[in-house]
Amino acid sequence: MSSSESSVESLVNREYQYGFVTDIESEVIPRGLDEDVVRLISAKKQEPAWLLEWRLKAYRRWLEMKEPHHWANITYPAIDYQDIIYYSAPKTKKPLGSLDEVDPELLRTYEKLGIPLSEQKLFAGVAVDAIFDSVSVATTFKETLAKSGVIFCSMSEAVREHPDLVQKYLGSVVPYNDNFFAALNSAVFSDGSFVYVPKGVRCPMELSTYFRINTADAGQFERTLIVADEGATVSYLEGCTAPKRDTNQLHAAVVELVAMRGATIKYSTVQNWYAGDAEGKGGIYNFVTKRGKCAGDDSKISWTQVETGSAITWKYPSVILQGDRSVGEFYSVAVVNGRQQADTGTKMIHIGRDTRSTVVSKGISAGHGNNSYRGQVKVLGKAAGARNYTQCDSMLIGNRCGAHTFPYIDVQNPTAAVEHEASTSKIGEDQIFYLKQRGLNTENAISMIVNGFCKEVFKELPMEFAVEAQKLLGVSLEGSVG
Amino acid sequence: MTMLEIRNLHAKVGDKPILNGISLVVNAGEVHAIMGPNGSGKSTLAQVLAGHPAYEVTEGQILYQGQDLLDMEPEERAQAGLFLAFQYPVEIPGVSNAYFLRAALNEIRKARGEEEIDPIDFMDLVEAKLKLVEWGPEIMSRAVNAGFSGGEKKRNEILQMAVLEPRLAILDETDSGLDIDALRIVASGVNALRRPDNATIVVTHYQRLLNYIVPDRVHVLAAGRIVKSGGKELALELEARGYEWLSEEVVSA
Repeated sequence: MSSSESSVESLVNREYQYGFVTDIESEVIPRGLDEDVVRLISAKKQEPAWLLEWRLKAYRRWLEMKEPHHWANITYPAIDYQDIIYYSAPKTKKPLGSLDEVDPELLRTYEKLGIPLSEQKLFAGVAVDAIFDSVSVATTFKETLAKSGVIFCSMSEAVREHPDLVQKYLGSVVPYNDNFFAALNSAVFSDGSFVYVPKGVRCPMELSTYFRINTADAGQFERTLIVADEGATVSYLEGCTAPKRDTNQLHAAVVELVAMRGATIKYSTVQNWYAGDAEGKGGIYNFVTKRGKCAGDDSKISWTQVETGSAITWKYPSVILQGDRSVGEFYSVAVVNGRQQADTGTKMIHIGRDTRSTVVSKGISAGHGNNSYRGQVKVLGKAAGARNYTQCDSMLIGNRCGAHTFPYIDVQNPTAAVEHEASTSKIGEDQIFYLKQRGLNTENAISMIVNGFCKEVFKELPMEFAVEAQKLLGVSLEGSVG
Repeated sequence: MTMLEIRNLHAKVGDKPILNGISLVVNAGEVHAIMGPNGSGKSTLAQVLAGHPAYEVTEGQILYQGQDLLDMEPEERAQAGLFLAFQYPVEIPGVSNAYFLRAALNEIRKARGEEEIDPIDFMDLVEAKLKLVEWGPEIMSRAVNAGFSGGEKKRNEILQMAVLEPRLAILDETDSGLDIDALRIVASGVNALRRPDNATIVVTHYQRLLNYIVPDRVHVLAAGRIVKSGGKELALELEARGYEWLSEEVVSA
């Protein structure tokens, strides 16, 4: 092994700094899943009958479905769905009315994660919904947002306070029977964030949700629904971390976005779930269904994701371009290191006329990591003038990692224009030496090269988080270069 | 003051010996030219001085400002003021010249115990240096060497050198592939940076560059050894007679 490779190796293996466990009394239901568990979750949340029925339909459909084990370029042992805890919530003495009533231990947890929940300490202009295991523990700036008519609350609260909106849009983009993990989520989802931005309103602040898995062997099944009504604009960011544990934990979320005529939704993810140790022990299985629908003309949905954590990542944030002239975007950085595996990409479904989509995917593989881009561009018969541009770049660090690209292109309209560009590069010893000769150490040299490689994606992130993402990238590649 | 002292340096790449006993002393304030035919070991010498990991030093010693150079990491050498202008400068897509060069300067400043320079002071500093290479500020927002022509890459090396103000600069075939205008710009940049307390080693195949950068000493390399040293007139003699006669002298000696 050359000396620059061994320094990449030593770089990648820094401690995961979010791996601590919060010692808090939780209400945990017994392991396993059957109809009674579904009913129990629904009862705990005092849900209306229609929602319980929907959950049960999803559960019954799920029983008939098979885990999608064969087409994705990932391998993992069978998941025992009866060995998972489907509901875990920190115990509270009374319903939470305000931040002052949140358990101080929880506040300390979020403080430690760099997400202070007191409104004075937060990033100016960012409202946060904090989800701890199965429930939302706090949502900030609710009143400020309410003044402009924006609803930002936990899904449980939305079901109670805005049942009509929830019933109208829940499952409208990702139906309960969409796929194995989406069906599971529909049956057992416990909480998540709900956003509604009314007609013509530009949401006055960034919205964000911070997901934290704490309880051992608990799965996290959150469900997020964002609706931007006609002419509305909203930018939303999610962050995720989990304690270090030897066993794998399942995260099977569903995110649905609906953009009406002239609306814009920007959805950014910085995913840093625990990735497992160097030998691949432990870590989160991240099986997530994310999809947006540009329901109205001239609407726009943009996904930006920086995926550095999880033992396995399986997600394809997609856009259904139904409205004429609607726009879909997908900007992605996916990093795998150690024994991590990622099979991620997007689907752009062009239905309306003159619809446009842009896909920029940057895959970085280090250590023994295995990274696959899987993307579909589909242009239906009526989508005259549809255009897609896909750029898919892979970077390899070291000799034991892998990068793969699986593009699927299906064009049924002769006026459509679809472009696909792909490249693979290896981080060069000469690049590293050049930067070292200018005074940078190996770690900083690699970080600079990788950040340059990802620049087109980082510039899509909200300012405050672009800096975080750059740092995160540096950390997750530490020890990857030798 | 002695800037660099090379004693009986042997180096190989893989199993192939390339440098076979080089000794050389460079004092502060001097410009030395290393000349020689292709394959004589000129560029290897430059790379070994900078610490390229592909080359293994098998024998000998290098003292740089009294320090054991071979004991230093490449970045430590750079931080101590050793600069290599690369024969083939590398592209770093997505990283702006400004960001890269400020990071490099700050590493060197940190190593000297100085404070980091902020972006505004840095741009003031760069503005003056850009004039040396006859460039406008827009070059600073382009990605490092990405899409640069051969001549632009070489000019960028000189710009970096001007900003980083090395104690010992090694120019590895900086003249190769340059047209006459670019050559003039590069050379006048190098000349403007000459000071009594720094030194320059110019590695070149042709005498042409030495019309612009006048050396104090000229050394001719053949088969990994210095076979002849002299003043600037030696370069002219090489231009007139080629390298052949030197090989014969070596053989007959």
